[in-house]
Amino acid sequence: MGEGDGVKRKERVIVAMSGGVDSSVAALLLKSEGYEVIGVTMYLWPSAGDSFRSCCGFSGVSDAEQVAWKIGIPHYVMDFREEFKKKVVDYFCSAYLSGQTPNPCIACNRYLKFGTLLQRALGIGADFIATGHYARITKDGFKGPYRLRTGIDARKDQSYFLYPMGQFELARVLFPLGKLRKDDVRKIAREAGLPVANKPESQDVCFVEGDYGDFVERWSEIPPARGYFRRRNGRWLGPHQGFHRYTIGQRRGLGLSLGHPVYVVDLDPETGTVWVGGEEFLYSKFLIAEDVIYTSGYPFSGSKQVRVKVRFRAPLVEAVATPVGERKLYIEFSEPQRAITPGQAVVLYENDEVVAGGTIARLGREGIKDFEAFYKDKVWASSHGGYCPQPAYRSYSA
Amino acid sequence: MRSVYLDHAATTPLHPEVSSLMGEFMREIFGNPSSLHSFGREARKWMEEARQKVANLIGASAEEIVFTSGGTEADNLAILGVALSRSEKGRHIITSSIEHHAVLDTCKFLAKKGFEVTFLPVDRYGIIDPDDVRKAIRKDTILITIMHANNEIGTIEPIEEIGKIARDHGIIFHTDAVQTAGKIPVDVNTLNVDLLSLSAHKIYGPKGVGALYVRKGVRLEPILHGGGQERKYRSGTENTIGIVGFGKAAEIAARDLDQEFSRTKRLRDKLIRGIFEKIPDVRLNGHLKQRLPHNANFSFFGVEGESLILSLDLQGIAASSGSACSSRSLQPSHVLAALGLPYEWIHGSVRMTLGRTNTESDIDYVLEVLPDIVARLRSFSPLARKLQA
Repeated sequence: MGEGDGVKRKERVIVAMSGGVDSSVAALLLKSEGYEVIGVTMYLWPSAGDSFRSCCGFSGVSDAEQVAWKIGIPHYVMDFREEFKKKVVDYFCSAYLSGQTPNPCIACNRYLKFGTLLQRALGIGADFIATGHYARITKDGFKGPYRLRTGIDARKDQSYFLYPMGQFELARVLFPLGKLRKDDVRKIAREAGLPVANKPESQDVCFVEGDYGDFVERWSEIPPARGYFRRRNGRWLGPHQGFHRYTIGQRRGLGLSLGHPVYVVDLDPETGTVWVGGEEFLYSKFLIAEDVIYTSGYPFSGSKQVRVKVRFRAPLVEAVATPVGERKLYIEFSEPQRAITPGQAVVLYENDEVVAGGTIARLGREGIKDFEAFYKDKVWASSHGGYCPQPAYRSYSA
Repeated sequence: MRSVYLDHAATTPLHPEVSSLMGEFMREIFGNPSSLHSFGREARKWMEEARQKVANLIGASAEEIVFTSGGTEADNLAILGVALSRSEKGRHIITSSIEHHAVLDTCKFLAKKGFEVTFLPVDRYGIIDPDDVRKAIRKDTILITIMHANNEIGTIEPIEEIGKIARDHGIIFHTDAVQTAGKIPVDVNTLNVDLLSLSAHKIYGPKGVGALYVRKGVRLEPILHGGGQERKYRSGTENTIGIVGFGKAAEIAARDLDQEFSRTKRLRDKLIRGIFEKIPDVRLNGHLKQRLPHNANFSFFGVEGESLILSLDLQGIAASSGSACSSRSLQPSHVLAALGLPYEWIHGSVRMTLGRTNTESDIDYVLEVLPDIVARLRSFSPLARKLQA
């Protein structure tokens, strides 16, 4: 090996290869930049149909393998099925069963890619891991801090899904596609003759085939509590199909004909009630995010003017974010926002930079007093400066 | 980069004498051994010579050897063949919980089809107690199938004794000797077996060919039907090229057995000693003495086996975690689980199996590289830190 003979060892990078075009090109680019590249396909989920659109099944393995042969790098399969079940699938189902709308891709990034995979990669002597995400990591000066930024291709930007990354992760992850556009990526793949150049995008939640509600019921093996639709004015309507089948803002598939459009406006897992109402009930101006992660590792020192995304496809909107307790943020939008969904991620940006993110916990229409009753026994409004350690999924020391 | 092959239990390279003979044969002789004419007779002559050599390796006579496509088919033919031919006499089969999947899954298949299967436990070294076999025998037991030595941990089973028990009860006894033939002495008469599976590619022969020894007088129902080749036990035109290679490999294995036995054992013992000297919190899985001479199977506490094997591969060392088989994704070993090992030890296991390709300096290289790999993996392992705390 290079060590000790005066030649600098090539930096070793493990590329998470799903078999799709993005991660394939990521591997190719790193190889041409002179890294020692090793491809790893994470075996996450045994998909029965092995549909080729799925990113987490075993079907991606043979594609990834062919790409690895083509670009001349070693390729391995690592078995992450147990972790995936626990950290992603169980979470996905229990979120729905508690009336929230989960974001499994963020959980997968957080616990699988930048958790277990990163840890294993460091164990086998890698300096970095890399993925095919469209986002950029930059560094101020020689030692950092590292900053997480949007991808150049605004339509493909995936920084929203990456907010759980802290300084430890940012220092050890590479996103070779952040400075490219999707069209360029396909072009590079075609020119290099990669067999996956024209593979379609993976869609939807990779481990669910068919209806989410059916999946949750099958996986949880408990008959989900049935309940009733109820109007905002208190009137009870007919029974619904199980509140885990509904999402805030949903209009279609409710099976209600009231002569005017109604939307799901709230879900109450305690009573199994699905609240419906007119569109005006969908708007909230305030929210509390929990389990907040600050990219810098430090909470904001006070209120901060930011731009916010409340779901992946939502536009960036102006808001003021204020730390209000142990890893909680109080966010006030300049305008009421439509159909904010508890369980989804809220991600905070400054210019093109992700500065924090968390899970949407509660919504409010009036202001901070909406939340005080709920949080009164919990840690609330404690001011804490100083270093705010990342959550416990990292069991190793930085 | 240096490359060290320590996975001889998975497969072995062709012996040069085997490949040159196969080359000669495949260029010159193409006849169908079932044909009457000179072309067929020539092929038949080569094939029957090979059969004799394979028979010699295990102390059998040539007409007791049935060529198959490999060890898996031999195991299937033995188990399904007995089950089908004796199902009217009984439907109970005895096997062990640490068999190769070719045996285990065939038995499980029969269990789904109305047979009853007893899976015997093993002790913490992987040894099956012959008394357990005796106790498991019922009036309707038609077959006992116990491996000669385990492919993962190398434990050699008391086949001779089990065979005697089977014989006393008039029950057909099969052993999978894929891991032992050519590595330790195998004699079908000493071992008291009726059926015995062999594979060519584990003894420096070609892949895609194996054999089942079928003792004279034992009746089997075939599982492949057709032209009636191999005394009707295995229809289909014989893989003559493979069989010729198998014969040569068997001949060499028998010829060099003593020498290779002591050579690999010496290297293996050096490896074990070195690892115990240099690495803390390690255990040797399997039995210290009742063990194949070329097998070493270690568990490193708190180390992810998958990462360990990958790290070794990146340094040019080929090892495995047991039987990886078709899926390259690693499953926790059913063998180590049967030994009663806790999860943290099972997951940190690695099998190193030595063979002809290995030299003294291979072992030195492993002993130089492995301690650092284990230390690094432990430094990133939450489990290992728990141990230190």
